[in-house]
Amino acid sequence: MSAVENRPVDGGPPVKPVRGRGPSLVTRLLESRRLGWGGLALALAAPLVIATPYALNVMTSAAIFVMLAVGLNIVVGYCGLLDLGYAAFFAVGAYTSGVLATELGLPLLATVPIVVVVTVLAGIVIGAPTLRLRSDYLAIVTLGFGEIIRICANNLEITGGPSGIYGIPGLWGDALGPAGFYYATVLIVALAVLLAARLGRSRLGRAWRFVREDEDAAEAMGVHTYKVKLAAYIGGAIWGGLAGVLFAAQLSAISPASFTFLWSALVLMAVVLGGMGSTPGVVIGAIVISLAPELLRGLADYRFFVFGVLLIMVMIVRPQGLWPHRSRETPHTAARSGEAAE
Amino acid sequence: MSQLIWNGLFVGSFYALVALGYSMVYGVIKLLNFAHGDLYMLGAFSGFAMLGVLGGLVQSQSLLALLLVLVATMAVTGLAGVALERVAYRPLRGAPRLSLLITAVGASFALEYGTRIVAGPNPKVYQVRLGGTSMEVFGARVTVQQLVLVAIAIVLMAALNWLVMRSRQGRAMRAIALDPKAARLMGVDVDAVIARTFFIGSALAGAAGVMAGGYYGKIDFLMGFIIGLKAFTAAVIGGIGNMQGTMLGGLLLGLLESFGTDWLGGQWRDVFAFGCLILFLTVRPTGLLGERVTERV
Repeated sequence: MSAVENRPVDGGPPVKPVRGRGPSLVTRLLESRRLGWGGLALALAAPLVIATPYALNVMTSAAIFVMLAVGLNIVVGYCGLLDLGYAAFFAVGAYTSGVLATELGLPLLATVPIVVVVTVLAGIVIGAPTLRLRSDYLAIVTLGFGEIIRICANNLEITGGPSGIYGIPGLWGDALGPAGFYYATVLIVALAVLLAARLGRSRLGRAWRFVREDEDAAEAMGVHTYKVKLAAYIGGAIWGGLAGVLFAAQLSAISPASFTFLWSALVLMAVVLGGMGSTPGVVIGAIVISLAPELLRGLADYRFFVFGVLLIMVMIVRPQGLWPHRSRETPHTAARSGEAAE
Repeated sequence: MSQLIWNGLFVGSFYALVALGYSMVYGVIKLLNFAHGDLYMLGAFSGFAMLGVLGGLVQSQSLLALLLVLVATMAVTGLAGVALERVAYRPLRGAPRLSLLITAVGASFALEYGTRIVAGPNPKVYQVRLGGTSMEVFGARVTVQQLVLVAIAIVLMAALNWLVMRSRQGRAMRAIALDPKAARLMGVDVDAVIARTFFIGSALAGAAGVMAGGYYGKIDFLMGFIIGLKAFTAAVIGGIGNMQGTMLGGLLLGLLESFGTDWLGGQWRDVFAFGCLILFLTVRPTGLLGERVTERV
């Protein structure tokens, strides 16, 4: 008999209860809540070490990429829905804020409420029909949606056609220099990461993980799976749209060529590589993926090929990613499961 | 009007050919093979390489050369499909669906950019160009080459239909589609049948790739992306996993696109096609001929 029968249906290894030995020092360090603050401090201190305009630009892009990855993590990591057109929400956010800001002369921050409304609508339009179906359909429909948005941006007049829109103002007009913009971005992204992580630990977050592990069981236990999935999808859409606003502010010009499938695939790569559902893993994954072209300039031709092979290998060898999420048992439930065992 | 219908049917037969591979693989192991469009691309490129090798024959007997290359390419892409299944999908059979989908995306990436490394990033121009004489049929301009390509597509589809519906092999495939475990208990070699399914589906995609190369004349390493999406749309419209439905879906999508292009303009063609996909998923997710499947737990 082949390996098919020997595996459990959900594919995970059988869970053995671990007794006696607690988590190792490294594990405890990696699980520590202060880690996030350390990361933030590191990001804020980085311009003190290197502050050339080029380096600031690269670091700002990396921060925006982190926001995208954390947003996609809500959809793919928490809820287990594969979104292959995530760049679409990124584009919707960037274009909505860009068009509003240039046409009406608003600062970008003022467009944020409208961006949120538009991305939520876009999320509902795509999510509502497809989330009732098997998850595979969602993957392809989102792929098609990504193309639809890109082609629309290319063809419509209001989005400036193939040449896009330019002259987009900064977040508060043009008051911030590159360093100031970097700090603003880092703070906004840090807030977004924190929010996403807390969302993942909330009641809704637990429902997401439940749906990911076993949708039928979740439904049987009274989780309204359709609503919960739609919530994840909309959450991802909002994060993507806001990252798009930051992107528009950073570049001050956007064009359809910036929102190809390649973007969606790279964000997905960051999430999968770092560890689906694990906030620190995804953040690190995003930083690695976004800095990779800077570090591996000579290997540009091989980069995407390697990414593809890496995706396959990660899935076969280490599907939980490099820095996986470990669910924490609260003392209360630990005590209860201890009682149950005796 | 009749020109629009003919154009639609012509493009639709390509879609149907690619969609069949999608649909077969999905029917048998419930996997959406994202890399399917890239096998089509691989077919176009291997056809390009073989035409380069044939050289002299291409000039004198271009249609014959193209047919030879078509058959050889089907073997090449078929084997590539089997290799893909062996390396990327088989180790994950029984793993969560998300892992499989992500692997498929990775496979698609690896094929695209692997081809880019080998063949270079620039588009290639096919050595054989099927332009040629046209004639009027019911007011539509039809070329002989178009007719030949459609005929090839019909022959391939008919052969596939026979294989799935009449042969022992096809019965094994349908048995696995119904219940892999029971099929195994009845003595069906599940792994071998799945490998053969991949071979056939990939071979069809490769054939479509060569035909597209010969007809449109230009190929590049990303050409499989859009056609993969379109093939999926065709499969969903017809009913994914259902052979006749998929063929019908391909032709229907071709017609829809042809009329949509006429109505909205060429730059909206893809938007129109994917809009149809979303509409179909909302109104009739099982497709025209698909049956409602209740998932057992």
